[in-house]
Amino acid sequence: MSSVSMPSIKSHEIKIVQNIPVSRTLKFWEGLKEGKIYATKCVKCGQLYFPPSADCPDCLSRELEWVELSNEAEIETFTHVVVRPTSFQQIKPYTVAIGKLKEGVKVLAWLTGFKLSETKVGMKAKLVAKVTPEGNLTYEFVPF
Amino acid sequence: MRKAAIIGIGNSKFGVRSDVNIAELSFEAVRPSLEDAGLAAKDIEFAAVGSVGAGAWYEELLPAVVSAEYCGLTKAGLVRCEAACASGSAAFFTAYSAVASGQAEIAMALGIEKMREIDTPTSMEWIGRAGYYLWEFHNFGITFPAYYALYANAHMAKYGTTEEDLALVAVKNHKYGSMNPIAHLQNKITVDDVLASMMIASPLKLYDCCPMTDGSASVIVASEDKVKELKIDSPVWVAGMGYSSGTANLSKRPDFVGLTASVLASQRAYKAAGVTPSQIDFAEVHDCFTIAEIMAYEDIGLCSKGEGAELIREGQTEIGGKIPVNMDGGLKSKGHPIGTTGCSMMYELTKQLRQEAEKGRQVPLKNHIGLAHNVGGTGHYCYATILRR
Repeated sequence: MSSVSMPSIKSHEIKIVQNIPVSRTLKFWEGLKEGKIYATKCVKCGQLYFPPSADCPDCLSRELEWVELSNEAEIETFTHVVVRPTSFQQIKPYTVAIGKLKEGVKVLAWLTGFKLSETKVGMKAKLVAKVTPEGNLTYEFVPF
Repeated sequence: MRKAAIIGIGNSKFGVRSDVNIAELSFEAVRPSLEDAGLAAKDIEFAAVGSVGAGAWYEELLPAVVSAEYCGLTKAGLVRCEAACASGSAAFFTAYSAVASGQAEIAMALGIEKMREIDTPTSMEWIGRAGYYLWEFHNFGITFPAYYALYANAHMAKYGTTEEDLALVAVKNHKYGSMNPIAHLQNKITVDDVLASMMIASPLKLYDCCPMTDGSASVIVASEDKVKELKIDSPVWVAGMGYSSGTANLSKRPDFVGLTASVLASQRAYKAAGVTPSQIDFAEVHDCFTIAEIMAYEDIGLCSKGEGAELIREGQTEIGGKIPVNMDGGLKSKGHPIGTTGCSMMYELTKQLRQEAEKGRQVPLKNHIGLAHNVGGTGHYCYATILRR
């Protein structure tokens, strides 16, 4: 597309950083540091939640317990993200996948260590917790 | 519930509209819609404004107020509706409900969006965050094309849909968009052009994606009494609306081959209108990405699940086929000013039902019924609207 040059006024610049509360899912974030991935399970109705939910949307109970998830996932779908948002401009293109664990919950995370040409729907991958060199807490799918 | 009809429509030129600000852009839709209805701005009792990027991709935080002042609508009841890319339909639902409930005799739905005042990576950032920031964007940088690419790869794996099939959607929509004077992209393209375009999020390439567009659309809804009083000669009646929603986390969806919200919203609309998919003369579907149009065929019942690619391969969604879809060029070619799209779909349905569409893109009408399917986010919201002449 041809860029249209029209007279304009630049708005004032602001920097936006939000402090996102994690106190009610703190065990999950702490667990990642120990290499564990936790889900929550409703004590009343038994529903399992990932991402972990501190309250139960199914029966509205507020009593949930932490359960550690297994790490074997079947990849249900994936995509290689080439055009990236501002806050991901400094890193190389990455692959995002959704995998289903044997407990039935699904996880959306990066898939690393596979060649894109070998990445297929239905393949198996291992879900692992990770602390990045910058200290960010995350999790990703990797080869077994 | 009482009957309500569309009596006035207006749509700005879609494109990179660096020549106007959000208020001036609104005027380009509001004025023609009032002229079309034979009304003055003061006749609008309630206005529902669909817009998403307030304060994010354009500078005004309260666009409904700013635009109402600029268009002479101040003192009308006013609200801004957000349902992501279905905000325009949410605004239309609000205006229609105001009239159908008896609260107002005349209401306006106004869709306004300015997406091109910021750079592309920042747009990708804002729109990528529109799902579940904490769980799907913060660590994983998912973008909107990537969300739909997840659906595309799953659909391709399960039903054998190909990248060529996806490309056919873009080719069709550019063909009809080239005949639509308000369309953002008016160039005809080939399957090879699509396949050769740059990768955005595999398997979706640049020409599988709708452009980021500035544009506005205005729709005026009136009660049956007002239609008679104003002697409107071509009212287009709201036959039925349906709505639904889907989980914020994509990981909580049952599968990635269709949108449950689309299925539920369209079923509800068919039931409300008392019609079946086979009675619809033509449809506007939410083709923000080529895969979205193929899934829409299946989800709204134009074909069975998994048969969407066949419909496009056979040319069944062109004029002369089983059911023409997106004869205005769709989001893909006409453009997708996020909060405007739902109102622009009403503009197009009304134009087609009045047989006022440009040469080459006017659909043949048998039952005089059209459907609009408007998805917000990746099936996070969905509205389906059936209009009848």
